[in-house]
Amino acid sequence: MARQMTGAKMVVQALKDQGVDTIFGYPGGAVLPIYDEIFQQNDIHHILVRHEQAAVHMAEGYARSTGKPGVVLVTSGPGATNAVTGLTDALMDSIPLVVFTGQVPTFMVGTDGFQEADTVGITRPCTKHNWLVKDTDKLSETIHQAFHVATSGRPGPVLIDMPKDVQFATGTYTAPKAARTDNYQPQVKGDLEAITQLVELIEQAERPIFYTGGGVINSGPAASQLLRELVDATGFPITSTLMGLGAYPASGKSWLGMLGMHGLYEANLAMHGCDLMINLGARFDDRITGRIPDFSPRSTKVHVDIDASSINKIIPVELPILGDIGHVLEDVLKVWKARGRKVNKAGLEKWWKKIDEWKKVNCLAYTNSEKTIKPQYALQRLEALTKGMDRYITTEVGQHQMWAAQFLGFEDPNRWMTSGGLGTMGYGFPASIGVQIAHPDALVINVAGEASWLMNMQEMGTATQFRTPVKQFILNNERLGMVRQWQELLHGERYSQSWSESLPDFVKLAESFGWKGIQVSDPADLDDAIMEMINYDGPVLFDCLVEKHENCFPMIPSGKPHNEMLLAADADAFKEGATLV
Amino acid sequence: MAALKIKKGSSSHSAYDLRDSHSQIESSHTLAVIVDNEAGVLARVIGLFSGRGYNIDSLTVAEVDHKGHKSRITVVTRGTESVIDQIKAQLGRIVPVHEVKDLTVEGSPVERELALIKVSGTGDKRIEALRLAEIFRANVVDSTLESFVFEITGTPEKIDAFADLMRPLGLAEVARTGVAALSRGV
Repeated sequence: MARQMTGAKMVVQALKDQGVDTIFGYPGGAVLPIYDEIFQQNDIHHILVRHEQAAVHMAEGYARSTGKPGVVLVTSGPGATNAVTGLTDALMDSIPLVVFTGQVPTFMVGTDGFQEADTVGITRPCTKHNWLVKDTDKLSETIHQAFHVATSGRPGPVLIDMPKDVQFATGTYTAPKAARTDNYQPQVKGDLEAITQLVELIEQAERPIFYTGGGVINSGPAASQLLRELVDATGFPITSTLMGLGAYPASGKSWLGMLGMHGLYEANLAMHGCDLMINLGARFDDRITGRIPDFSPRSTKVHVDIDASSINKIIPVELPILGDIGHVLEDVLKVWKARGRKVNKAGLEKWWKKIDEWKKVNCLAYTNSEKTIKPQYALQRLEALTKGMDRYITTEVGQHQMWAAQFLGFEDPNRWMTSGGLGTMGYGFPASIGVQIAHPDALVINVAGEASWLMNMQEMGTATQFRTPVKQFILNNERLGMVRQWQELLHGERYSQSWSESLPDFVKLAESFGWKGIQVSDPADLDDAIMEMINYDGPVLFDCLVEKHENCFPMIPSGKPHNEMLLAADADAFKEGATLV
Repeated sequence: MAALKIKKGSSSHSAYDLRDSHSQIESSHTLAVIVDNEAGVLARVIGLFSGRGYNIDSLTVAEVDHKGHKSRITVVTRGTESVIDQIKAQLGRIVPVHEVKDLTVEGSPVERELALIKVSGTGDKRIEALRLAEIFRANVVDSTLESFVFEITGTPEKIDAFADLMRPLGLAEVARTGVAALSRGV
């Protein structure tokens, strides 16, 4: 039986029918009818943020850590424009989000009304798809379609713009099952002939490598499981992008660590020297490839991706496979097993010997100090003291993010939330709140730099209000560390605007919001301080005063190939003005 | 480890790989894009071209299936083979896009464009314009004592040629529809 209800009620009903229990939002004039409905029910928990950008990042953290879409509700005009950074971030990192925005009434659209913005126009390039709903009868079906689009194929953010009169008016509610979704059905099964060719390559390769990305995580836990099975059964080495960490466990025997600009020496050299590269759900980002003409020059490249536009976009590949990673891996395993589980054992043995040599370079080595806390050391201690805990890590953007990726080990997918593609400073803190909302009993730590963290510090109030015991692990070097590093190495040590001036007293700041503040500067006190942070039942602002001039290595300078990495030892010579030959 | 050859403080290094764009052969492709005729769909297609830096040489759009609310967008674009492939893949990613056909790859398509061309003048020039119009099978759709409006249909090249001939004879204004195209055969 068709049910009649107001547009505002439809929003709440559709969310319930989609299984949504949590939304992140901020009220305003153009969404008041929906907030009125939210007030009159208890099924959907609304998290009141302090800024709309943070609402989107929270939803991203929620989505990334659960595999479910994140839902956001904000008002028209500034509410919508504030959400744009988060939408772009989610689009770049393929995070499923459904964002609802209010809009001025339909008869006012186009008149420059109060808090009017062309939301669908502004967000068209930063959403996977968006809708302006002008008819209440179409609202509920559009919402169901939005969830379908956000979560199928390559996931991404979608937005529904709802004029206020559409929310007030009464219309017919469409249930999820009755909603038309057949016009968007991306292909998930890979071509079996291509998969058989991949298996042939696997059987013959002398120097193979798996290069995995966020697509494995997005495909779901089953894909990570299948990946582990395939990697362990073949004995092939595996590296991952920043977005893919956790799909294969860091403790796994085939794990080479992250690749790319600040990736591990052995991972990058293996990518450069391989004869078979199997890209699973990664997109040959410029932070990965370095100089394109010199990228892995002697390898046969296979690219499995659900998005046809990612294939052959940057790096032409010999064998493209369009499909969902989980489905493709299942078929690869089936065919490979049926053909007798063959690999080139002799070749592999030699290849691992070579990789073990590269590992001996110990590329993450740094000079520790007894007087000041080195950021790498702080992360090593954090890793050691939280190992085995039910732990989720988010990060901001910069040096600390790369160190976190290098020094923290991820054993499972959905445990690592970071802004990869867009590189959004200010992402980590709200994301950590979103993660904590989804996993109330877990240990959620945001590894941050002080400059990034300040970008969304207003969310301290949100954390207090909703009792999220998030731990803000700030590696405070009083610098915009990554900017400073580039200025040191590539801009003649002219440190233009890269100091964090006028920093707050983080301990007092914490206390003013009812948090716990901890400051530590002596390496000898670090372990106790970290344990105090972990054991405190509530949000903690951990101000870790670290070495101010530490650089993040290894580093592939832009425009250089993988085999021209800069290690910490080379950097000293580099700094002294030597031209490295 | 291989050598690093960048100098300290070198300004030639940015956060991005500033490589020369490879000079490869570009060719023109006519694409037919079948879309749901919904609000903003043309903006999505055009936004994709401008946002990703692709060329549009010609673009036409109209609803071709009123019952199914389907529109056909015909885009003439230029690029290297890899850029054309990327354009097609990116178009295919837009949610209301149903089909992307590369008519150029399918075989030399039938392409037609319609133009209205106003020529003003008197005396010999006027007579010459009329004579050339006959040769090009252009119709006179409006006439005053000092002007003609010709309607001409053909390939873009034919229309270019006609407009060029009209220039010394008093070409005043040109309106063109852009290319409509279909593949040959079934």
